[in-house]
Formats: sequence, C-alpha cells, structure tokens
Amino acid sequence: MSVQAVTVTDEDAVRRRMGATAAIAALVAALVLISLGIGPVRLSPLTVMEALFGSGSEVSQVIVREIRLPRTLLALAIGAILGLSGASLQGLLRNPLASPSLFGAPQSAAFGAVLVIALGLADVRSYALPVAAIIAAFGSVFVLLSIAGRNAGLLILILSGLAISSFAGAATALVMNLSSNPFVVLEIAFWLLGSLEDRSFQHVVLALPFIVVGAIMLFSQRHAFRALSLGEETAQSLGVDVGRLRLFVISGVALGVGGAVAVTGTIGFIGLVAPHLMRPLVGHDPGRLLVPSALAGSALLLAADIAVRIIPSTSDIKVGVLTSIIGVPFFLYLIMRERRALGGGVA
Amino acid sequence: MSEVALLTARGLGVTLSGRVVLKDVSLALSAGHLVALVGPNGAGKTTLLRSLAGLIPSDGIIEIGGQALSSLPLRERAKRFGYLPQGHVVHWPLPARDIVALGRYPHGATDPARLSPRDTEAVLRAMQAVDVMQFSERRVTELSGGERSRVALARVLAVEAPVILADEPTASLDPRHQIDVMKNLRTTADSGVLVVVVTHDLGLAARFADHVLVLCEGRLVSQGAPTEALSEQVMADVFRISAYRAEYQRETVIVPWADL
Repeated sequence: MSVQAVTVTDEDAVRRRMGATAAIAALVAALVLISLGIGPVRLSPLTVMEALFGSGSEVSQVIVREIRLPRTLLALAIGAILGLSGASLQGLLRNPLASPSLFGAPQSAAFGAVLVIALGLADVRSYALPVAAIIAAFGSVFVLLSIAGRNAGLLILILSGLAISSFAGAATALVMNLSSNPFVVLEIAFWLLGSLEDRSFQHVVLALPFIVVGAIMLFSQRHAFRALSLGEETAQSLGVDVGRLRLFVISGVALGVGGAVAVTGTIGFIGLVAPHLMRPLVGHDPGRLLVPSALAGSALLLAADIAVRIIPSTSDIKVGVLTSIIGVPFFLYLIMRERRALGGGVA
Repeated sequence: MSEVALLTARGLGVTLSGRVVLKDVSLALSAGHLVALVGPNGAGKTTLLRSLAGLIPSDGIIEIGGQALSSLPLRERAKRFGYLPQGHVVHWPLPARDIVALGRYPHGATDPARLSPRDTEAVLRAMQAVDVMQFSERRVTELSGGERSRVALARVLAVEAPVILADEPTASLDPRHQIDVMKNLRTTADSGVLVVVVTHDLGLAARFADHVLVLCEGRLVSQGAPTEALSEQVMADVFRISAYRAEYQRETVIVPWADL
C-alpha cells in the first residue's frame, strides 16, 4: 500500500492514455496522406510524401501542395477545433450531450456570415465573413449559457439550444427570402450545406488565426474543467474563477466555430461525437480529454471529407451533410444509452 | 471565548434576488473547535456557510486569521477554506485518487498526474486519515454513498486549510456512516482545524460539537456550548419541539421528542 502502490497504478493509466493518444495521432497522419492522395488524379501515400517535401514530379507537387493541401489543412484544423469545442462545452456543462451544433453555434455563425454575403458587405474571401460568424456564434453561446444559468439541467440546455438553432435557421431563411438575387441565394444554400471543396490558401489564412486562438483559449482551461467535475461552487472554492472560465469557453468556441463556419459552412456533430469516441480510451477526466478529442475531430472530418470524394454519386455530396447523416443517429444512440441518467437529470 | 478567534464575522448580511437571507450575523470562531450550525429549513445555514467561504457576495466584514476575506484573491481564499458541499456530487467517473488530488488545486497542483512530493504526501495523508486508500483507483461514481462521503472528506482534508466548512455531510447516510463522518471531523478539529458543520441532526451536534450556532430566519439567535445553545427555550422557540435530554457515557444526549 501507500506511496508506491498509488504511484505505480497511476503510471499505468498515463501509459494507456499516451498510447491511445499516439495511436489516434498516427491515424490522423495516415488520413492526411490519404486525403492528399485522393482526387481526379490518385497519388500513392509515398508520392504524396515526396511531393510534400519538395521532391517528386512537378505535377504531383502542384497537385498536392497547391490544390489539395489547403483542403486537407482545413479539414485537419476545423475537425480539431470542433472536437475541442465539443469536449470543452461538455467539460464546462459537465454534460456528455453538450456540443456546439446542438446549441446552435454553427447555425448562428452561418447566419452572421450569410447576412454579410446577402447584404453585399463583403465578398466571400474577406475577414468580414469570419468576424460576423464569430460575433453571431459568441452571441448564441452567450445567450444559451445565460438562459441556462449556473447549474443547468440537460432539459433546459437542449431546449434553449433547439430554440437558438431554430431562430438562427429562421433568420438565415429570412435573409435568403428577402434577397433579390437568385444567384446569391443559390450560393448561400450550397454554402450552408458545409463543404471543403475547392478551398485555397486564402481560406486557410482566413480561418486559421481564429481557430488557433480559440484552441489556445480552450486548452488553457483544461485544469479548470477537471476541478469543475465537483460542480461550480466547489470548483470556485478551490480557486477556479468560474465566471472567467465561462467567458473563455464561450469566446474560444465562438472564435473556433465562427472561423470554421466562415470558410466551410456548417459542419455539425463532430464536436458531439469526438469526445465520446475517446472517453473509453483515455478516461473521463475532462482536462485530459481535450487533446484526444481534437485529434478524433480531425480524424472524423478528414475521413468524412475522404468519403465524400470516394462515394460514387451523380453530384457532389457535401461533407456537412455526411457528418450530420452520421452524427444524428449517433446522437440518438447516446440518448438511448444515457436514458436512465437523463430521466433523472431532466426531472 | 478566551482564545484569539480564527474566523470572525461582523454584521454579516446576505440578500439573494431581493430577499434578505442573512441579517446582522456576528460570530467569532476558534481554531481546534468543531462548530455545529443548526436551524430549521430555510434559516440560512447554507448561505452563511457560503458567505463565510466567500463564495457569494455579502455585506459586513469577514476576517480569517486577522485578514479581511475581501482583500484576499481567489487562490488565497481557496487555501484557507476547505468547502464540502451537500451531496458530494462528482459529474464524471474519475478515480477516487484524482478527486482527492483536486484538494491540492489551490496549492497550484492542478494536474493529478503531476503532483509534487509534498502534494502527494498531503493526498496520501488525507486518504489515510479517512481510510479510503483501498478505493484509490476505483471510480467515485461506483462507490457506495458512505464510501463517497469519505472520499469527499479526504478531498477537503487534502487542502490542509485552517478552516473546513461542511454542508450537511451526514445527510442521507446510514447511522454508522453518520457517526463515522462526525468522528473524522472531530479528529480533524482536534488536530487544530476549525470545522464548521451544517446539520439537522441535533443529537450529533450536541454530542460532537464544542460550539453550536442556532440560526433562525437569517439571524443568529443562540450560540454557545451545546447544552446552552440548544436550551429548552431555544428548542421551543426556534424548532418548536421538546427534546429528551440526558447524559450517556459522559456525553450530552439530545433527542428531539415531540412537536409543540
């Protein structure tokens, strides 16, 4: 017993966690290579590696570095920030069903961006787009958490999330409704479906700074999430500034989701699914779940974006459509699995 | 009280959403004492505990070890108060050891996987004090109510704060575990810590406490040694009951008996 016993078992847990994280990181790396190799011209992972590091034929270098790399980088970064946002919201609210898309953050961000496009305030490659998306996402998460209050039950969270995403959807529809230019409407409609197609480095430059800042803000709060496992009041008694933590999470999620939505449209459910995939592997500690969830988010979005390129269909399937088609049944499965706990939580 | 008070409050008042919950509470509590805070439902016991810990804003002056609470930053407050909330809620199935290690959070040990030797020692000491070493790697959500309450207590002890504030730590425990918790708190107080316990169990309060505070409708209406603070008059006025009083094994016995 005593010191030795406690330290030894703990190292086991650390090793298991590190192993799982390394494995998912390796998976992400493999998916990056596949993602860079897939398209009208198929390239082997080896050719991709060569092209990436400056050797290989000029054609393959252009294809990999200029045409496909922006798309892959965006999938990597956006998947990561969505996974991280989901894990952070679940940590903040101590609830495994929390996620940006259930709370209407991407839908609100999309409204912000759509408004800018429709009003003709900016073209789709200016910083006005992500800034508008971020402001709208911040507003939606802020309103949600204000309505929910300090110790919100799941029922209140889900209902407020439903209300906010419906409102954002209606507002977006209104903008399209009032728009006199049918081409703009069509562009918005397709953009809303969520896609990574034909993205350039301009898009990467547009989204990445916001995503990185958001990720840093969320990751900086990892230890506070752990203390929050004991509830807000106890966390506060341990020295956690809960008000500041909330502001960090709202801002981090808004920056990340807003930045992401501005260049890809709405891509849902990655934030909900990613933490759940990692919990059985790395444990439930909300502080340690952040990095693995980000990696899992990257893996999911990369895989989905590879899938939409492989699945044979007459017209392109949008990646946002695919993630929702897979994500919603998963959400239903989660509800079923947590039914008992939910029954208690809702009452 | 002859000793220098560790925790004092003067003219403490709390108003929550327009309702006066605490009014003009003044007290002085000493290190090494187990203080029971009793009163009918809605008397403001939990509110008093929270305001003493600085968890909710209050009017009046609170001093801990001669320093004004309001002048202390969050981290410094956290080092001075171990706060044990009602219900021992843990939202994720974490191993007991990690929960206890959170007690070191105020000391900068925010990661249970990377504890300094000093923090590790404090965690182990706390776990041994309440005998939870055997649950170390078990998930707290899988423990029984009694086991969980001991883990929660270990977490508070690991803070090694001069003051422990416990909100109904014996609620929903069986009699054996109620006595177990109170004995542990008694031992902690005897080691020089000021322990304030909110409880509805007047019997436990009378038996284990050095000092009893009786709250009624937000005011401190009686305080002192258990038999004085819980006099027949107070029992009648505040709780509207009569009680059976006796002495057993040289300890005070008070059993609520009949409503008035």
